[in-house]
Amino acid sequence: MMTTRQALGDASIASVDTPSELEEGGLGLSPTMAALKRARKHHGLKIGFGILLVMAVFALFAPWLAPHDPYLQNLSLRMLPPVWTEGGNWEYLLGTDHLGRDYLSRLIHGARISMTIGLGAASIGAVIGVTLGLIAGYFGGWIDQAVNFLVTCQLAVPSLLLIMALVFVIGQSVTVVIFVIGATHWVFYLVVTRSATLRLRELDFVAAANAMGCSKFQIAVREVLPNLVNQIMVIFTLEVAVAILNEATLSFLGLGIPSPLPSWGLMIAEGKTAMFFQPWLVILPGIALFILVIAINLLGDGVRDVTVTNRRN
Amino acid sequence: MLNYVLRRGFMALLVALTVSFGTFALFHFATDPAQTIAGEDAPQEMVDEIREQYGFDRPVLVQYGDWLGGVLQGDFGKSYFWKQQVVELIQEHAKVTILLALSALMVTVAIALPLGISAALKPNSWVDRLALSTAVSAQAIPNFWLGLMFIILFAVTFPIFPVSGDATWKHYVLPSLVLGASSVPAVMRLTRTGLLDVLSSDYIRTARAKGFMGYRLILQQAMRNALLPIVSVLAVQLGHKLGGSVVTESVFSMNGLGRLAVESIFNSDIPTVQSLILIFVLTFVLLTLAADLINAWLDPRIRMG
Repeated sequence: MMTTRQALGDASIASVDTPSELEEGGLGLSPTMAALKRARKHHGLKIGFGILLVMAVFALFAPWLAPHDPYLQNLSLRMLPPVWTEGGNWEYLLGTDHLGRDYLSRLIHGARISMTIGLGAASIGAVIGVTLGLIAGYFGGWIDQAVNFLVTCQLAVPSLLLIMALVFVIGQSVTVVIFVIGATHWVFYLVVTRSATLRLRELDFVAAANAMGCSKFQIAVREVLPNLVNQIMVIFTLEVAVAILNEATLSFLGLGIPSPLPSWGLMIAEGKTAMFFQPWLVILPGIALFILVIAINLLGDGVRDVTVTNRRN
Repeated sequence: MLNYVLRRGFMALLVALTVSFGTFALFHFATDPAQTIAGEDAPQEMVDEIREQYGFDRPVLVQYGDWLGGVLQGDFGKSYFWKQQVVELIQEHAKVTILLALSALMVTVAIALPLGISAALKPNSWVDRLALSTAVSAQAIPNFWLGLMFIILFAVTFPIFPVSGDATWKHYVLPSLVLGASSVPAVMRLTRTGLLDVLSSDYIRTARAKGFMGYRLILQQAMRNALLPIVSVLAVQLGHKLGGSVVTESVFSMNGLGRLAVESIFNSDIPTVQSLILIFVLTFVLLTLAADLINAWLDPRIRMG
């Protein structure tokens, strides 16, 4: 039976483009090797991976790569424009903000925050969603129905409002933002894990494990889960992007990362008051967000294209 | 069919009640409404008195039942912050959000459907590539940032549309574009894949053999089936827009329900927040229910289930 929820899942995860067949290199190669071979020919994947690699290096080595201290205020150098505009200063390549802090350094340190939150929130979502999906798919019956009900409830809540309310009630910090975003973004993991588990538990190797006396838990974790890794990986990548955008939105609205941390969303909020005269304060962090998110999405779409071959059922 | 409608309707009601009780309990345990009403520095006796007077010391289920009973009679309680009936607040703000959500939905449909259909008609052509790259880019643009870019562009360079407020229809043009753009990727991709699936089916091959061609084939034969998931996803998107125009309303300073919700959160105005969440959830649940019923009507396989 087709329900709205399935359509929703379909739209976001299985936004299938052209089915990639195992047309070349399928025989005689292990699935991993075949996928790697296909990956080498996938332009989107390569571009996404390349951009991400560069940004990850900047995020990891931010203290060494950033030219200035991102928190150091210098009120005599407030609102310097970027170097390519009139009045720019080579010392501050991308200018300074309303407190005279170096914008490039803040952007580089901001990549750290975005990536931490993206990876953290997507991992928490994965743990919740995959666990519930395995349980629902494997046990079926009333447990499945209960989990299903939980999903319907989760989808009906206006998630941004719920996240904002939770952050407001618990308190603003990086950890809280990670947990709250993660705790509200697990539905796609669940939907995919559940349907794959339903399909897998009918297969012979599960029956064999059952006959050998493995417990249900062992079967779920050791037999079923490894077969889901590809699909979970794809959702994970896309959820990292969603979490990053969510954090930026929260911080922009003033209920995310607290000041003075250089979150890109917060930087946009801080630059907003001056955006007609110093538009780069708003434009630059937005471009950074755009590049990071598009790179992650390209990677995710690419991984799906090269690994998940039978994704239409 | 009646059985199906009743079953789905009951589920919808159950979901709405669960979610609204969940948020009610969350605020009940995480905040102290008596303190909020009395103010930060109020003496403890005064807080206690208010707690007793408003009945905040009763079990949460009793309080929820009380509140829900009021809601059923159209009484959502009184706002702590605006010192006004929540019903009035909602009536004042609802118009903006409904107008915005509907016009945004029109923007989505106007962009996503033609793009998705043309992409499906010629897979792997330049139209298809264009559609897909539009989707990938649109997904990566932060919505609030797009709004700010529009404001910078239109306020300074092309002062055609006003960039803040909700007084005239002109005020709705930019916000609808921003809010509408956010759903384009999902709807476009679904249209494309749905139509591609249908186009490769046997009955379309038969129709082709009988001489149906081009847009006639698409509109008369294929779209009916491809519409099923699109109806669902549009309902979901409209639901998100009604409850989730939080960002757009804030960026363009429109006095809608989303902005009201944000300000209520900032001011710990619990009656307003939980009323709004109940309304958003109910709207969402009813919209998806309507979509499922439309689907059941379009496709007998579903209602026979």
